[in-house]
Amino acid sequence: MSWTFFHKLGSPKWFYEISGKLLPWVAAFSLLALVIGIVWGLVFAPEDYQQGNSFRIIYIHVPAAILAQSCYMMLAVAGVVGLVWRMKLADVALQCAAPIGAWMTLVALFTGSIWGKPTWGTYWEWDARLTSMLILLFLYFGIIALRMAISNRDTAAKATAVMAIVGVINIPIIKYSVDWWNTLHQPATFTITEKPAMPPEMWLPLLVMVLAFYGLFTLNLLMRMRLEVLRREHKTRWARAALESNT
Amino acid sequence: MSNLAEFFAMGGHGPYVWTAYGLTGAVLILLFLTPILGRRRLVQAEARRRRREET
Repeated sequence: MSWTFFHKLGSPKWFYEISGKLLPWVAAFSLLALVIGIVWGLVFAPEDYQQGNSFRIIYIHVPAAILAQSCYMMLAVAGVVGLVWRMKLADVALQCAAPIGAWMTLVALFTGSIWGKPTWGTYWEWDARLTSMLILLFLYFGIIALRMAISNRDTAAKATAVMAIVGVINIPIIKYSVDWWNTLHQPATFTITEKPAMPPEMWLPLLVMVLAFYGLFTLNLLMRMRLEVLRREHKTRWARAALESNT
Repeated sequence: MSNLAEFFAMGGHGPYVWTAYGLTGAVLILLFLTPILGRRRLVQAEARRRRREET
């Protein structure tokens, strides 16, 4: 592999051009998947024989929870890339993804809590899965707060990168919490080794919703990163041209 | 019509299902408003700067 590709990745101008071309495709894909997934999940998927219709919350709860964890792992990878190769764009990605991850964690906690009431009889239980997800939320808050507290951009980049990398230990804890401890929470819906315990007419719309959430995450992240790149480069000629024509 | 009412009732679980979906929708809108409004502000600031320099 040629290294020029890797160096180009670090160029804000190159990123801005490529992401601009990508944006409409990502938007079209995610909106389509979102509409299909919601209609399929809310209208056509059969109701659960034990939980009734409250189980339809799964179509937003599981994608949000998966995204919350994927996003954190992405932060850690961006942290490593930023620390090792001093790539500025990695820091932009880290900074822009953290609030999205925090919101996704909140959505997972909220929807899980609402789902818990009719299913478990309680909104909240201090069990391993719920508690480790709450810790994930605080890790996101920590990264965001750390960024705000340090005014020097390079120092802030290093500090948040280190915090993202250290916090990644929480991800396997979330994943295996349902196996290691007694919990009310049901085990994972999708695993690589086994078939889902649900029938296809229930898990297929879930798969579509997971793809939709990944698409929306990518779209949102690209939009935020493009804005941040323009903010950082606003004195350069290309950024001024982009702002003038609003492209 | 009763079919639609049945759909919204969700077999008695309507309040849970619709609260969950409503909250998620609100969060998604918020997530996308932030970069859209931020971009608009930056474009306006740049336009102001240009006008200042021209005069």
